[in-house]
Amino acid sequence: METQPVFKNKLLPYLLIAPQIILTGLWFIYPSVEALYQSFFRTDPLGVRTTFIGIQNYTRLFSDPRFFSSLRVTLVFAVLVTVLSMFIGLFLASMADKPLRGKRVYRTLLLLPYALAPAVTAVLWRFLLAPRVGIIARFLGDIGIRWDYRLDGGQALLLVILVAVWQRIAYNFIFYLAALQSVPRSVVEAAHLDGAGSKRTFWSIVYPILSPTTFFLLIMNIVYSLFEGFGIVHALTQGGPAGATEILVYRLYVDGMIYQNINRSAAQSVILLVFVVLLTALQFRWVEKRVHYA
Amino acid sequence: MKRVMLCVLGAALLLGSLAAASEVPAGRVELEVWFSLRGALYEAFQEEAARFNESQDKYWVNAIWKGTYPEVLSITIAAIRAGNPPHIVQVFEVGTATIMAMEDVVYPIANLMADTGIPFDGSDYLPGVAGYYALPDGRVGGLAFNSSTSVMWYNKDAFRAAGLDPDQPPQTWAEVRAAAKQIVDAGAAPIGLSAAWPTWTLFEQMSALHNQPLASRGNGFEGLDAELMLGSDFWVAHLQMLLEMHQEGSFVWGGRDAEADGLFPAGEAAMLLASSGLRARIEREADFDWGVAYLPYHDDVVESPYNSILGGAALWALRPPQATEEHFRGMAEYFAFLTEAENIVLRHINTGYMPVTYEAYNLATAQGYYDEVPAAEIPVLQLLRTETVEHSRGIRLGNMPAIRVLMYEELERAFA
Repeated sequence: METQPVFKNKLLPYLLIAPQIILTGLWFIYPSVEALYQSFFRTDPLGVRTTFIGIQNYTRLFSDPRFFSSLRVTLVFAVLVTVLSMFIGLFLASMADKPLRGKRVYRTLLLLPYALAPAVTAVLWRFLLAPRVGIIARFLGDIGIRWDYRLDGGQALLLVILVAVWQRIAYNFIFYLAALQSVPRSVVEAAHLDGAGSKRTFWSIVYPILSPTTFFLLIMNIVYSLFEGFGIVHALTQGGPAGATEILVYRLYVDGMIYQNINRSAAQSVILLVFVVLLTALQFRWVEKRVHYA
Repeated sequence: MKRVMLCVLGAALLLGSLAAASEVPAGRVELEVWFSLRGALYEAFQEEAARFNESQDKYWVNAIWKGTYPEVLSITIAAIRAGNPPHIVQVFEVGTATIMAMEDVVYPIANLMADTGIPFDGSDYLPGVAGYYALPDGRVGGLAFNSSTSVMWYNKDAFRAAGLDPDQPPQTWAEVRAAAKQIVDAGAAPIGLSAAWPTWTLFEQMSALHNQPLASRGNGFEGLDAELMLGSDFWVAHLQMLLEMHQEGSFVWGGRDAEADGLFPAGEAAMLLASSGLRARIEREADFDWGVAYLPYHDDVVESPYNSILGGAALWALRPPQATEEHFRGMAEYFAFLTEAENIVLRHINTGYMPVTYEAYNLATAQGYYDEVPAAEIPVLQLLRTETVEHSRGIRLGNMPAIRVLMYEELERAFA
């Protein structure tokens, strides 16, 4: 057993973690506490009169069918974005891991979408898919598909999921690629010599080695789709048509910024936070058991 | 990764604000103006502010773009809550009731000008304009800046291709419907008719044109206890007609807010109900022969239509806690500059927005502008067509941005 290195200076460790603590406090703890506090009040738009109303903001939310439809959209969005982007990311990474001519080019190209802000991504896709004027939309029209995500809720949801997945693939790709490169070649070759097919090799050897990465990505992707989906929805559909793409984080923006109901919005952000914490805790409790740390 | 980006972002914001602050020349009093115009209109706004900055050496207007109209309103409310609002803010017409309610922070223009002793004639505004931004007691509240109304833009080339007379645009809904169908059937354009700002052009304007209530209490002008009246026979019949047009392919839903604007200059829609302020963009982008027509009306409801109502936005003076007499004087000077007839006419010619005062309207007429470009006078004539009646003064409802979102959702459900 190696001895752990010890800081001689008692102050230094605190100094080193200070930036992290300050940033977390400023950007996470403070707003969360403020949101929790605000969610028990009712304030007029200008913040002149504030009344304590207990948990009324919450009880109203839970009796609002609109909130549940938003919750449903959120779930569909989060699950599909996570599953699809991880699956495609893994597939592309395993392709790029093979000996290929010009694989640096492929890898760089596959990484590019990650460098774009969600809103920019959304605008790019709008050029392609804007009803009637977008290039792909025209093509779809020519083959007889009526593409109009401004009116068709299913198409709108499909569109925001597609754009989110497209952007998210890059992130999953780079993590899977790094993980794949740490798979020992000798083990894989030994398996081949023992007569294992590539499918068997993948599921019995490669996949367990990838499981810590998969677990990490699972959490990151869910968190991403719950929060970062905002930029895409805002730039493409504003939650429409008729609420079909209104994920929770967008719903609380509409309630807070357009309807000027800050307190109801705060209550929703608290619910969203609790939701994410619970989901992550559950995953650590159940999914992590099946993760194999090498 | 994220934290690094946050740090970088923070540093960039800090540097950005330092850079913005350092642009103000030494010795000048800075006036912060938040606005939301884009593209050609953004440039026109900045150019006008720059001319004001050059015209004197005491004040410096720092015009900052803060997002779309609804976003600017929300951000302003948040800034007021935080005690840090700008000196001047641009608020779109549907935010008027909301900003008026902020009595403690808003500095009515009439009072600002009187307190600083700068001459200002509030009675010279065109009737529909003055009433819209007047406080309940008749004082001028906000400065009508970029006032527009909705008109029907039409593509003359598409009209010719469909065998329609390009100099006789349709006037009634029945005529518009027939023309739109003829255009689509002839393949002259992919879309016959579409509408930008659909709640404004298809509902609020129709309320005025036909003197039909959108809300009780004179569309909210007579009190805060107004109720929406969208269930009346008039609206049912109107929406039914739009749905039939949608089904037969002569009308296409173009999306919320300004989303449909691009359909016209791109040549997609042969007719578009949109703001008169769209002209700057059409002049820049459209490569076909176009014209302007009056908004269509239902001739089975009224024999001749009433005046249309105002759109666009006004500039409102605020009282930031840290503002001094010197700031207020600067704001008043800036407003006086923006109200000079020459400047209003220049704005009118460059952007398609309204000449908001009689003096400016007469000046444009005297300069022969309307002889040269008759189409430019249509929005003014439409706005001044009749004396305002009960429901043609405008729409003044609190939370109007939220009402519009709800209407969008229901319309999307109907057209889907």
